[in-house]
Amino acid sequence: MYQALDFEAPILELEGKIEELRHISGGSNVNIADEVDKLQNKVSKLLKQIYGKLTPYQKIQVARHPQRPRLKDFIQGFVQDFVPLAGDRLFAEDQAIIGGIGRIKGYAAVIIGHERGSDTESRLRHNFGMARPEGYRKAQRLMDLADRLKLPVICLVDTAGAYPGLDAETRGQAEAIARSIEKCLTIKTPLISIITGEGGSGGAIALAVADQIFMFEHAVYSVISAEGCASILWRSADYKVTAAEALKLTAQDLLKLKVIDGIIPEPLGGAHRVPQEAIHKLSDTLERALKELIGVDGSVLREKRRAKFIEMGRVGIVG
Amino acid sequence: MNWLRDFVKPKIRALVSKKNVPDDLWTKCSNCEQMIFHRELASNLQVCPHCSYHMRMNATSRLQMLFDNAEYRIIEFPTGLADPLKFKDTKKYTDRLKENRAKTNNQDAIIAAHGKMGGVGVVIAAFDFDFMGGSMSIATGEALLSASRLAILQQAPLIVIPASGGARMQEGILSLMQMARTVAAIQEVKEAGLPYIVLLADPTYGGVSASFAMLGDIAISEPGAMIGFAGRRVIQETIREKLPNDFQKAEYLLDHGMIDMVVTRRELRPMMIKILSLLQNKTPSAQVLAIKKK
Repeated sequence: MYQALDFEAPILELEGKIEELRHISGGSNVNIADEVDKLQNKVSKLLKQIYGKLTPYQKIQVARHPQRPRLKDFIQGFVQDFVPLAGDRLFAEDQAIIGGIGRIKGYAAVIIGHERGSDTESRLRHNFGMARPEGYRKAQRLMDLADRLKLPVICLVDTAGAYPGLDAETRGQAEAIARSIEKCLTIKTPLISIITGEGGSGGAIALAVADQIFMFEHAVYSVISAEGCASILWRSADYKVTAAEALKLTAQDLLKLKVIDGIIPEPLGGAHRVPQEAIHKLSDTLERALKELIGVDGSVLREKRRAKFIEMGRVGIVG
Repeated sequence: MNWLRDFVKPKIRALVSKKNVPDDLWTKCSNCEQMIFHRELASNLQVCPHCSYHMRMNATSRLQMLFDNAEYRIIEFPTGLADPLKFKDTKKYTDRLKENRAKTNNQDAIIAAHGKMGGVGVVIAAFDFDFMGGSMSIATGEALLSASRLAILQQAPLIVIPASGGARMQEGILSLMQMARTVAAIQEVKEAGLPYIVLLADPTYGGVSASFAMLGDIAISEPGAMIGFAGRRVIQETIREKLPNDFQKAEYLLDHGMIDMVVTRRELRPMMIKILSLLQNKTPSAQVLAIKKK
């Protein structure tokens, strides 16, 4: 069953009407095709209208939609011969970050990403996509593997943030994230990151210091959650909508700030409505980026990557 | 024209008025609650003489404490009132910047300087927690970058002293990007073969601890300093369990293998000089060689 967001109420109402018409006409021979078509058109129009100008907070809601495609869907959708690789070789296997080797449009690659899970059981197993240090250390191990065997690295980012827990802190959450960033800046192999849903702070950037960074049209990427920001700066989570606007966390804002390199369009009504289309678009983007980066000398790639991030922060001073 | 009108107010009140008395003459130790006279506190490097509680220290005091004879030259870095997001919460970000500049006399939450320590040239960048909670901004990233590049130019070790609540929310995603930027900056220092030492001061959290602060060749902290990624409150709300009393304290991190040592403030300078000497002078000195030849 489709789980609607609050601002989708008018769409839901129309879709309800269509359902009703179909139900009524079920027994009789009344021709309702015309009427259904008309309503269907209205739905599309409304979707275009609403999704054409989502507010930043509405984008957060879309990015967090429970039916949005997850890492598992992307891997099933466009990675051939995926071989998952487990464990950080130090302490444990953290299922909040999944990694492995596989083939994307013919290119063998290391794929690493946050997995949030799609039902209660899998969400618990993947800790809702909130990784512990082991997850980030596994990511580092896989980046090393890629570096040594000259495979490109694809990171798919979708997390509310790194897990804020006693065990995670005790085992060095901060250090694990810091080393991941360092690793991203060290490897001499192509690194491409895509923010597919929610890019939550340090837990996200740990996998997003890349040669090319893309975001889905309705994905968000922020230094802090809108709720967290509101409760700190406005002293009340009620200001989350205002905070979301102030933080400039949409893909469109981040492209303007030159923090990302491109936006991947989503199907009408968001990736959660037609996941297959979103998955397809993402694989096309990856293919283009891989073609561009594979074959470039590793040292050049690394130099450019570092220079890119050293320049990136200067945006504010210049502009 | 009588004596009543020519009455002169006694000046005693002016003599005892608070005008000439700074209101921070006495400080109450937040740990043992004893009152400490300001001169005593300063000469004791902001450490409580009664219970040895290490109070927070601003960037200038840090630099004065570490450099030989408190002599150093500040490294200028570009600032300006950068407000890339045109951020406004209950106040405009540019107003907050102005207020904090007036309050601390600093341009941003960091001071970088170069000078000598134990006679050896070093570059030190110290965060100022008084400036918007020591939060990491584009300007602090710029300062760390300038400090790193100067260290390379002078072939000098780099010492960084974070004291920060984390990222500066008012600079949004660009603050987050400073994590990558500062890591790239210290990577240049490391690849130039120079020592990179971090003194994790109270408090070191969030985007600061999860980037350059946790990547020191040698990681030092002070007694009782709080260091972590997520704050205590957030963790408590997430796991709904009681946290150990010493959780996230420097001593706790030492026990769990996250830092090299916890050093009292008075011992910091000698310890750093000893470490730098070991890392910089790697072969026997001239005199020792001479004796050997005999």
